[in-house]
Amino acid sequence: MRRLFIHFLTCSLLAGFLLPETFAQRRISAPDILIRNATVLTVTRGTLPNADVLIRNGKIVAVGKNLNAGNARLIDTTGKYLMPGIVDCHSHSMLDAINEGSLSVTSMTRMNDVLNPNDVDLYRALAGGVTSLNLLHGSANAIGGQNTVVKIKYGRPVEEFLFPGALPGIKFALGENPKRASFTPQPGQQRRYPATRMGVEEVIREAFTRARDYKMSWDEYRAGVARRDQNLIPPRRDLQLEPLVEVMEGKRYVHAHCYRADEILMLINLANEFGFKIRTFQHTLEGYKVAKEIAQHGAGASIFADNWAYKIEAYDAIPYNAAIMTRAGVNVSMNSDSDERARRLNIEAAKSMRYGDLSEEEALKLITWNPAWQLGIHDRVGSIEVGKDADLAIWNGHPLSVYSRVETTFVDGEIFFDRQQDLARRADLLKERAQLEQAEPNRPPSGGALPSPTPRRRRPTNHDDDMWEGEQP
Amino acid sequence: MRRSGDGERWSHGDGGTGRQGSLALFLSIALVLSSSAQSFAQQISESTRQHGVSFPRGTYAIRNAHIVTVSGADIDNGTIVIRDGKIEAVGAGVTVPSGAQIIDAAGLRVYPGMIDAATSMGLVEVGQGASGTVDTTEVGDLNPNVKAIIGINPHSAHIAVTRVDGVTNAVSMPLGGLISGQAAIVNLVGTTPLEMAVVPYAALVINYPRAGGGGGGGGFFVPDQPPNLTEALAQANRQLNQIRKMLSDAEVYGRAQEAYAKDKSLPRSDQNVVLEPLVPYVRGERSVIFRADRETDIRGAIRFAEEMKLKPIILGGNDAGKIASFLKDKNIPVILTGILDLPAREDDFYDVLYENAAKLQQAGVRFCISSGDNGANVRNLPYYAGMAAAFGLPKTEALKAVTLYPAQIMNVADRLGSIEAGKMANLVVTDGDLLETRTGVRHLFIDGRQIPLHSRHTDLNDAFKNRR
Repeated sequence: MRRLFIHFLTCSLLAGFLLPETFAQRRISAPDILIRNATVLTVTRGTLPNADVLIRNGKIVAVGKNLNAGNARLIDTTGKYLMPGIVDCHSHSMLDAINEGSLSVTSMTRMNDVLNPNDVDLYRALAGGVTSLNLLHGSANAIGGQNTVVKIKYGRPVEEFLFPGALPGIKFALGENPKRASFTPQPGQQRRYPATRMGVEEVIREAFTRARDYKMSWDEYRAGVARRDQNLIPPRRDLQLEPLVEVMEGKRYVHAHCYRADEILMLINLANEFGFKIRTFQHTLEGYKVAKEIAQHGAGASIFADNWAYKIEAYDAIPYNAAIMTRAGVNVSMNSDSDERARRLNIEAAKSMRYGDLSEEEALKLITWNPAWQLGIHDRVGSIEVGKDADLAIWNGHPLSVYSRVETTFVDGEIFFDRQQDLARRADLLKERAQLEQAEPNRPPSGGALPSPTPRRRRPTNHDDDMWEGEQP
Repeated sequence: MRRSGDGERWSHGDGGTGRQGSLALFLSIALVLSSSAQSFAQQISESTRQHGVSFPRGTYAIRNAHIVTVSGADIDNGTIVIRDGKIEAVGAGVTVPSGAQIIDAAGLRVYPGMIDAATSMGLVEVGQGASGTVDTTEVGDLNPNVKAIIGINPHSAHIAVTRVDGVTNAVSMPLGGLISGQAAIVNLVGTTPLEMAVVPYAALVINYPRAGGGGGGGGFFVPDQPPNLTEALAQANRQLNQIRKMLSDAEVYGRAQEAYAKDKSLPRSDQNVVLEPLVPYVRGERSVIFRADRETDIRGAIRFAEEMKLKPIILGGNDAGKIASFLKDKNIPVILTGILDLPAREDDFYDVLYENAAKLQQAGVRFCISSGDNGANVRNLPYYAGMAAAFGLPKTEALKAVTLYPAQIMNVADRLGSIEAGKMANLVVTDGDLLETRTGVRHLFIDGRQIPLHSRHTDLNDAFKNRR
């Protein structure tokens, strides 16, 4: 007991002296930050030239001209632009696994369980002004796993990534991927049901029929409890059906991967029949053909700017998709579905001005307020307004210009990327790398000129339709 | 009550239908919605007329334009006269010939068309699930006799989609193997491949053997990984020897054929369809494109080219910035395709590939910027150059990197890449900076032909944008 106490004391001392700032303390004691004299792209309240933004305790507390700095740390942004952090509504970054493809309904699986906070691509996304990600299960099955919404707090424990209060969601998938159009079974392996778009509909219908029965059993049980009935036996918990019940109760968002117009209509009809809403259609390449039906349902659409022809169901994709759906009243976002593309979502958004003449503000919304709405986090992020989280990025030029780059990215008022800091560290890092290469364990096994090893990436970098992981031999 | 779920139902799905439905699926995509099917079908047939045929050459005068010549100073309020496929005159005081069709470009800018020096344009329509439309990669490792110009589909939807965004020319190349085949330089218009061709046999494409595999271009999955580094090096060496032997054979073959042509008393060797096309390349008369990204592979490719007396171009070049002074010393041009790649190593600086072009430019290396895309996304070429400009490449250099520099590297700068009298009239009239994302293309000329700004994408947009 005494030894345990000493151990506890030692730990406390270590924590107290060697790590004087715990994360919680740092947040509370962080000084205010005043971003001074930027062109502020608020997204919801227009563009404010030569404006200041005051950050306190991770929140935006004032937006306006000539704000009183007080004791705040000043960041001079004369000639620069400030925009909300980009929200990427379709990402597989920091995931150690993407597809549980063995069944057609894997609603019991959770992306929460496979988060890797050390994925360096997170830093590269921050360097592109991205601050929030919707981490989705892949599209191998009609009903996939549960997604996770995160803030990119790169370098922090994984718990700090989880977006506070974000409504949970689930991935659905329609079309070629769940029907396994490009998947060759191993010898002796049966094809998985479904193999057609008819079967995809059937799988979802069957699952929701079971979920409806399951919900009724619980409703009956709870009614019995309320009536103080005797000898009640609770239904057995079903982790596959529980998330689907939450969908029907409006407690969980559906993010449905889709391409063709017919399958989009199919899911809308099915959702109406079972009384639930689709929060977003993902990819939605033919969304422009059924824009009014998507708008009527109230779903958002999260799309690529101009990616097309990489497979048959992508052959009718057009870059005017964003503009047509926006004009029809659909909430549209541009996503990456790729750690590469995530770094330049500003350019993807700007394409909507080229194709279909969206305004600057409409284009910016595609990567800020709209995806925030699609994830139900628009009260926290997606625009620059007093009371919102200080998830922001400073750009050296207008973010919709191809010639612009990010200078500084804030998440909850803290700097998680800063170009000048990054540049300043480089000489030391290069020196460290050279030393490590000379270290005994890193030397080549035998002498002579050998190629410098290039570590293969953990997973493919381009998920165009997020089916690769676990799908291919 | 929990059921065992989908496992029980696999038997339902075991129909073994394979891909027999793909044609029907393909056609049905065009006619998804009955409400719009008719107008859409009309659009498609119209578009076939518009996209598939050659447009006539004419005499045109673009007036009141801000002309970005690229090779010289900009000309404000200038005139360009186009006749017989060529730029006849350009300048501020140019006389408009009588009968010329006038294009008023007040408030607009004129640029030379962009050139993407590394695509497989026309060789693939739909990469996945429609293998019948994929003609990029021949069987076997050594295919010098395979020629892109034979396989290019002039009616590919990618071509019009690409040109209406200002890319007027592409180098289209076969993929795969060690010697992939021969690349063509094409105009992105024409009814037949030879109508499109600017240079039908422009360069030989070699995938420089890479220890550990990969880097072959076009392949998503790396085949047959060697078990260890020693074996990987040995394998790469064996592959290089295969190339070496074939090039040496071609050199000998060329000499034998030449000698026999001069002196019929010498023994006649049979014509060899594989070696014959290699002769101009082994004699250094045409360029050999080596695909190589890693420093060690770039150095290896250059060493090999010197040994075999080839005229090399490096394609890919992700590590080129690290050895810029070496490339400058050797005077080796580089086609950069990886500006928007993710850095390969976890400890690479985040912008290492964004700033690759700037490093080459600062060192004086000859370079150009390419999308490296098969076809569908080649229209994004200006954003590759724009990103390089965001990370240190001067804007004027970024523009040259997708116009004049690819023309120079591919040895067609006498015809393409800038606005000068006598060059081919490949011109783009825009409402803003050519590389800027929001800029729109207003007029387009290729080979002196005015090209309507229609594509599969504008047609589908027109068909559906007003659906209520």
